[in-house]
Amino acid sequence: MDKRSRLSVGPVSVAISPQSLMVTGLIFIACSALVLLALSIGSVDIPPATVIRSLLGTENGPEAFVIEVLRLPRIVMGFLVGAALGVSGLILQSVVRNPLASPDIIGISGGASVAAVAFLSFLAPSVGSHWLPVMAIAGAMIAAAIIYLLAWQQGVTPARLVLIGIGLSAAMGAATTLMITLSPITTTMTAYIWLTGSIYGSDWDDVSAFLPWMAALLPLALASGRTIDLQEFGDTLATGLGLAVQRNRLLLLFLSVALAGSAVAYAGAIGFVGLIAPHIARKLVTRHFTALAPVAAMIGGALVVAADLIGRTLFDPLDLPAGVFVSAVGAPFFIYLLFRQRY
Amino acid sequence: MLTETPPLESRSLCLGYDERLVIENLDLRIPPGLVTVLVGGNGCGKSTLLKSFARLLKPQSGSVLLDGRDIQQRPTKDVAQRLAILPQGPVAPEGLTVHQLVRQGRYPHQRWLQSWTQDDEEQVNQALQDTDLHALAHAPVDSLSGGQRQRAWIAMTLAQDTDVLLLDEPTTYLDLTHQIDVLDLLANLNQRRRKTIVMVLHDLNLACRYAHHIVAVRQGRVHAEGDPETVVTEQLVQEVFDLGCRIIRDPLFDTPLCIPYGKDSKLARSGGSSADCA
Repeated sequence: MDKRSRLSVGPVSVAISPQSLMVTGLIFIACSALVLLALSIGSVDIPPATVIRSLLGTENGPEAFVIEVLRLPRIVMGFLVGAALGVSGLILQSVVRNPLASPDIIGISGGASVAAVAFLSFLAPSVGSHWLPVMAIAGAMIAAAIIYLLAWQQGVTPARLVLIGIGLSAAMGAATTLMITLSPITTTMTAYIWLTGSIYGSDWDDVSAFLPWMAALLPLALASGRTIDLQEFGDTLATGLGLAVQRNRLLLLFLSVALAGSAVAYAGAIGFVGLIAPHIARKLVTRHFTALAPVAAMIGGALVVAADLIGRTLFDPLDLPAGVFVSAVGAPFFIYLLFRQRY
Repeated sequence: MLTETPPLESRSLCLGYDERLVIENLDLRIPPGLVTVLVGGNGCGKSTLLKSFARLLKPQSGSVLLDGRDIQQRPTKDVAQRLAILPQGPVAPEGLTVHQLVRQGRYPHQRWLQSWTQDDEEQVNQALQDTDLHALAHAPVDSLSGGQRQRAWIAMTLAQDTDVLLLDEPTTYLDLTHQIDVLDLLANLNQRRRKTIVMVLHDLNLACRYAHHIVAVRQGRVHAEGDPETVVTEQLVQEVFDLGCRIIRDPLFDTPLCIPYGKDSKLARSGGSSADCA
């Protein structure tokens, strides 16, 4: 199951699990194939060979435009968003020691939704919609901060955090619904699509705005891997093993909020990825965070890309939000993994 | 040996939860290299005391010193290199294997790019060997029997490679065979690895057999301390546990053996009167 070998190179000495490494490699290949497929099919089908030539920059026809300007940024965005949600959920489930936790639970989606819908209803007509991501991420951060402060009682315990998070999320959900009900019908449509989660129309500007978040947060998450494993043991044991539990918990919550918050800012409140991607990862590789994170990231990314692919091809010419199909893709796969494990 | 600086001591220690004071103004020195057992009735404060010795509970006033320095002021990772604690009824994350559990014990010694060194590997193997768990290394902790599970947790604290080991009721929920099994293991570690062991035990007779030093706690104060021979008397059991008993010699281990009796029975009256005469 978890036969680990020691890898020593110069001052570096770490444990690796060959089996997990192999599985991770296979998932990477599968994800590449999925991305290739997603680049190939759509309202215009393009042969994979042309796709690859276009990616390498040796194709200049109209098909290259479709791939480089329309499809690639959207797919890259979908993959990054899914990856961020997957890793965020993985961190959160360990920190609150609850396998049912997802980024929604500490108010990320709720806070971002309130802020985004308020923005769409009241501000967007006057200032333009490019401020939407900023508002959404601010909303996510503020909501998470409020939940953390309300849960504080000589430190924050996972149980209090989850209960207060659920309560406040419900209240924010009500506020969001209220605003949607009161807003004009055109805003309602935009708000609904945002709440479902969509990467429609993502361009390279969006990608380059989102990428720095990921470049900063993912390595930090990987570096915190051992402390995330320890958090699962609970406060007493983790302290006994030398972890400054409260300080570390705050850092990890920040990481989780920032990852999911920035993802939600660019793709809307896509649900389910943050819940299911970590579980799928746990079924595939060993339980250490550093092994789980890359897999949860790839599975999360693949879920969003696959859901978006279905959304824009199955009901062609309609282009439906990816958020609609995330659970349609994720749930059966997860059930398959559970089923397979019984033998 | 008793003249060495104690690895752990408390000075004017007051502990409590919210308003309620559990330990009052306690001065206690843990002798190095020995097995110290804390005994006392339910709610007397012995587990609370153990927690504060493991820096898991902040004192309301006074201090706990580890190697002469305030344990609350030291980085928690440094403390974890000196002292390991096994709390009561620990629960492992679902599906964790014995090997994965024991590996966690290496956390205080690991650094970022050196998260798994040869030393880590050797310490984990040694811990598995000491606890006789090599064959079960890749079994999930959930699937073990109570005794094996407790050995796995002890293996984790051993991998921590500390001189001081604190255990809160390590034999609770274990059948008699495994109680003895766990205590023999601890006695062995004390002798072979010179570990200072401090534990809370409920069974006074096992405490007498395995402890070099007994600390009897009553209502937040140390009622008596010393070697079992001098500490454990009929009078002490009456005062600390509010329980009448006869103390005889353990025929096998030649330690005090406590035979308790109920308060109202006929036996109690005759036993009580003979105790009065003694």
